[in-house]
Amino acid sequence: MNWGSWDNFWAMGGYAFFVWGSYGMALAIIAIELWQLKVRRRHAVTELQRDTARSRS
Amino acid sequence: MNTVSASPRVGLFWFSSPQTFFPLAGRMVPLFAALAVGLGLVGLYIAFFVAPTDATQGESYRIIFIHVPAAWMSMFLYVVMAFWAAVGLVFNTRLSSMMATAIAPTGALMTFLALWTGALWGRPTWGAYWVWDARLTSELILLFLYLGFIALQAAIDDPRRADKAGAVLALVGVVNIPIIYFSVQWWNTLHQGASVSITRAPSMATTMLWGMLIMALAFWMYSIAAVLHRVRSIIVARERRAEWIRELLAEGRLK
Repeated sequence: MNWGSWDNFWAMGGYAFFVWGSYGMALAIIAIELWQLKVRRRHAVTELQRDTARSRS
Repeated sequence: MNTVSASPRVGLFWFSSPQTFFPLAGRMVPLFAALAVGLGLVGLYIAFFVAPTDATQGESYRIIFIHVPAAWMSMFLYVVMAFWAAVGLVFNTRLSSMMATAIAPTGALMTFLALWTGALWGRPTWGAYWVWDARLTSELILLFLYLGFIALQAAIDDPRRADKAGAVLALVGVVNIPIIYFSVQWWNTLHQGASVSITRAPSMATTMLWGMLIMALAFWMYSIAAVLHRVRSIIVARERRAEWIRELLAEGRLK
């Protein structure tokens, strides 16, 4: 597939909104999930640390 | 409490012990994440720089490389979720239920992505973002099933009761999967039938099909990595009274 120029590539034959809207949402979904995974892990470990500290004291 | 399913014998139920599974899952997460990135890059390259323009749909068809993998994963993840939920219900293995809980958010996101990309593809090809077509409606119901599962489990304080209630919901909802899959055959839908490759010229179909399959594989690897990461967090949360997890914490091996 030869696009000729980057302008042509980004224009997607006039379907830029639909194509990039799809790929952009895919990227956003992945970013949101990775962030959510990080938050969940941090939350779980913090809770565990609190519990452990409480049982020691 | 931590000894309920931590059977000492090595066998079918060996990895059903959270203690055994936790470090194994931890090693698998970066592996599947790397596979997802690698396959994703190859898939995207094919999607944009190898696959040619479609004769009838122009460039809008390139949505397929996200849409079909997301739709496949949305259905596949639901079946896997229902399977683990059922195993947890029948064998009373907590880890199986934790797997089901870990799959639901990824499944819901994949379903949302399939609907979103479908809408953006429907507008240029059908002239509408949304129609109450059998395929689209049953996929929307799938999103509600995932969200219902998550909400139901979140509403119940006792984890084991939440596991059981969620399992019942997940199992009842399985009936929706064949409905989604066969909807394009059972009803006269606006959504096209299965396999985009058959009606197209062979050379074109090949690169398009390969791009789609590699992207599907990338989504698959990504989902495994995400689910395993999430299930480890769930194990940390639910096993926090267990001695082994506190030892891992003391050794600084929880991140």
